[in-house]
Amino acid sequence: MAAVSVASAVELRADGGPQSATKAEAKDLSFYYGSFRALKNLNLVVHEQQVTALIGPSGCGKSTFLRCFNRMHDLYPGNRYEGEIRLHPDNTNLLSPSVDPIEVRMRLSMVFQKPNPFPKSIFENVAYGLRVRGERGRRAIEDKVEAALRGAALWDEVKDRLRDLAFNLSGGQQQRLCIARALATDPELLLFDEPTSALDPIATASIEELITNLKKKITILIVTHNMQQAARVSDYTAYMYLGELIEFGRTDELFIKPKNKQTEDYITGRFG
Amino acid sequence: MGVTEHISKAFEADLDTTRTRVLQMGGLVEAQILAAIQAFATGDAGLIAQVIENDRRVNGYEVAIDGACNHIVVKRQPAASDLRLIMGISKIVTDLERIGDEAEKIARMAKRIHEHGGHHAQRFPAVRHAAQIAVKMLRQALDAFARLDVAGAAEVLKEDSAIDDEFRSVLRQLITYMMEDPRTISPGLEIVWVAKAIERIGDHAKNVAEQVIYIVKGTDVRHTTFADIEREISKE
Repeated sequence: MAAVSVASAVELRADGGPQSATKAEAKDLSFYYGSFRALKNLNLVVHEQQVTALIGPSGCGKSTFLRCFNRMHDLYPGNRYEGEIRLHPDNTNLLSPSVDPIEVRMRLSMVFQKPNPFPKSIFENVAYGLRVRGERGRRAIEDKVEAALRGAALWDEVKDRLRDLAFNLSGGQQQRLCIARALATDPELLLFDEPTSALDPIATASIEELITNLKKKITILIVTHNMQQAARVSDYTAYMYLGELIEFGRTDELFIKPKNKQTEDYITGRFG
Repeated sequence: MGVTEHISKAFEADLDTTRTRVLQMGGLVEAQILAAIQAFATGDAGLIAQVIENDRRVNGYEVAIDGACNHIVVKRQPAASDLRLIMGISKIVTDLERIGDEAEKIARMAKRIHEHGGHHAQRFPAVRHAAQIAVKMLRQALDAFARLDVAGAAEVLKEDSAIDDEFRSVLRQLITYMMEDPRTISPGLEIVWVAKAIERIGDHAKNVAEQVIYIVKGTDVRHTTFADIEREISKE
């Protein structure tokens, strides 16, 4: 039997291919809800065309962190950011006061826990973002709606009922419609905030399959309470606790051999 | 490794029970080797029958523990050290079961060797010496498993070359023995099989020790050099 060095054996397992470029980067990011500091000096790299999962107990700041990316916190007075979130390749600081949050949201899309389609037709739900962006050509809109619905693996199920009200779809279909709506505007980064926690296992599996396919084109950041889901869909995982980033690493490594005792306790159910 | 207990007491209890069963199986297997070697020395027919009969219990442990591991995976989806423990146990029981088979093999050989006359077995104290090393390795590996002690596991890996040396030494003695008198070839060959079985027990004990290192450190040290392993376990 040939001796393989421990180091190279580890590489064989842990390395899922060449390191991808950086799509976004949080640098010394802190966030305050009034005087409460919800995020503490976060530093994290989001790799391009990879899925990064954020896990941690309730209140650890993972959703707060996700919402910094599209400046959703701007909607409430008293909220304050410190530090930066850089979006590449142009190195724009998403949190800079000189950057318009509407501009930011043009480049990122978000999908929420509960499907929240607009009270409009299936077609109009997807077309909405395009119209807001000033797209007027009927043909162009139709093409993009179809592409987005195909991208969200929903086209075959809805192509004959595009004028139906979105609420007539099942929960899983509504969530895929929300993903189609998010995809229609060609975002660079897709943010998922517990996208399957309101769905049954079949619908969950189809969303997870979709996430795996979407990452060929797009970078994904996902918050999930379901650790098995993080293990299944993500390439990188970040464990957060009380507003701090405790551990960040390749998902396989983090779930088999975490470096930090706190991560170990959380993912093995010893947290308490 | 976490010292904190799981939130789920039932999970904690399942893991504890499984760990304890592995140690019970290890204890049984160790007794099987000792009895088989005793039978090799004495030809005691009752002991031989007992070893053969007890191997069924060893097999029963393997099936039960593997079942318990499957049960835990399905119910708990273990991660990190829990995952490594379950995967490690599942491999350890395979090695323990094989050790049980080797002990049974030795008992069966003992019967045939003594049919040729008891004096053949007594000519080879090196066989018993190798068996003592094998039992010691197994005991150390099981202790290391019980205490999750990587340093203890590393000791076992070191011992393996000693047992290989003993095996070669027995082989050389047997060749001379058989060359001197062709009538000894038949029992001589049976003794080779006994020595080989002991050497295999050493290999399985080594595998158990490697799994202990995996469980504790998360590093798979199979098919690596001893120098690599020492470097790996010295890392914090």
